[in-house]
Amino acid sequence: MVAVIDYGIGNLRSAQKALCCAGADARLVSSPAGVRAASGVVLPGVGHFGRCSEALLEAGLWEVAVEAASNGRPFLGICVGMQLLYEGSEEAPGARGLGIFPGKVGLLPAGVRRPQMQWNLLGVRPGSLFLAGLETDGWVYFVHSYAAPVGDETVATCDYGGPVAAAVEQGAVWAAQFHPEKSSAAGLAALGNFVRACG
Amino acid sequence: MKAVRVVPCLDVDAGRVVKGVRFAGLRDAGDPVELAKRYDAEGADEIVFYDITASAEGRETMYEVVARTAEEAFIPLTVGGGVRSLEDARRLLRLGADKVSVNSAAVARPQLVREIAGTFGAQCAVVGVDIRQAAPGRWEVYTHGGRVATGIDVLQWVQRCEELGAGELVLNSMDRDGTKLGYDLELCRSVVDATGVPVVASGGVGSLQHLVDGAVVGLADAVLAASIFHFAEVTIAQAKAALAAAGVTVRPPSTGPASSGAAPVSGRAR
Repeated sequence: MVAVIDYGIGNLRSAQKALCCAGADARLVSSPAGVRAASGVVLPGVGHFGRCSEALLEAGLWEVAVEAASNGRPFLGICVGMQLLYEGSEEAPGARGLGIFPGKVGLLPAGVRRPQMQWNLLGVRPGSLFLAGLETDGWVYFVHSYAAPVGDETVATCDYGGPVAAAVEQGAVWAAQFHPEKSSAAGLAALGNFVRACG
Repeated sequence: MKAVRVVPCLDVDAGRVVKGVRFAGLRDAGDPVELAKRYDAEGADEIVFYDITASAEGRETMYEVVARTAEEAFIPLTVGGGVRSLEDARRLLRLGADKVSVNSAAVARPQLVREIAGTFGAQCAVVGVDIRQAAPGRWEVYTHGGRVATGIDVLQWVQRCEELGAGELVLNSMDRDGTKLGYDLELCRSVVDATGVPVVASGGVGSLQHLVDGAVVGLADAVLAASIFHFAEVTIAQAKAALAAAGVTVRPPSTGPASSGAAPVSGRAR
């Protein structure tokens, strides 16, 4: 079972249905026990970083999210779910992230329309397991105004006023700034890679 | 890199697509879900459902349509028409819509835009604007399907919407709607210049060249059309080929198997 962490934000149904379409028994889970029982964990997130951080805390799922991203089980963050893996965000200076990766999420560069609300082409680092199959034609859908810093964990960028962190992968912790559940066949392929990693 | 989106828009009345649509071999050509899947497979970048239902009970069916679409089509879905409150927006988003488009209700109560953006994020707060030209270089906001003039200047209104947190603006030229004369390009460009959020051109498309003009001359971030896609005049693939030939970056129409979850349909849209 793949647990989609349900902490009361946004459109989780799309993520759940896309994971199911990619072959998973995906369920919305709102209890720590449910998250612990899963073979893989998905942390979605849309909207405001501060609101998502707060909602995760209020839902009592913060600790189990940190645990899920630290214990070697397959973990997938999506959109703000990826941003939450960092220490914080310029979008909400007071709010904490889970701190799995170093650095702060920042505003997209000046001179581009914000949010980036479009499909963009991934530049994928060779050897990525998450994005296997998307190396040459990885057009995926983005909706965001903020992005994680590009670091050692970054396995894909897109060009939007400069290189923008599009996906990370470090051990079992994977995440996408784009929306694989809204990226048609390419997105389903990436989700399929995750579902297979969940066994 | 800016990649222009190609967006088919379906008018839905009590859960049924209003006008006939070209696709052969569909079990039910009036079913929005089947059409959304088909457009996904063809390479459309988003789908818009515009709810034109008059009755309250008919409206309920829109929620079912959104839920079923979220299960079967895996591209972004915007739902507009009749979104009047934060609760309407919440319900649509929870069922699987990615964005909600507000129009008359936002003019009546601009704080609705702030509420939606503040609660769910700017990425799902779309403001649709019905527009008629008032004078050269000046446009007026209309509501209620273009029937009611508001006296509000379009450029001031879109800037206000951006301040309120709108994440996207859809410009529907009532002067052009249904005329097949092409988008109001001057309007589009003026709004693009006046704002920093994505702008969607809508209303008036009758040919491939109109889509190209919307991107190249109007500088729109997305080009929306209805009838031209529905009646076989233009396929999504042709639209993208024409845009690409004009030097506009687009997502190629064939990026792998169809996402219906059924037997993979290889590649190219027909």
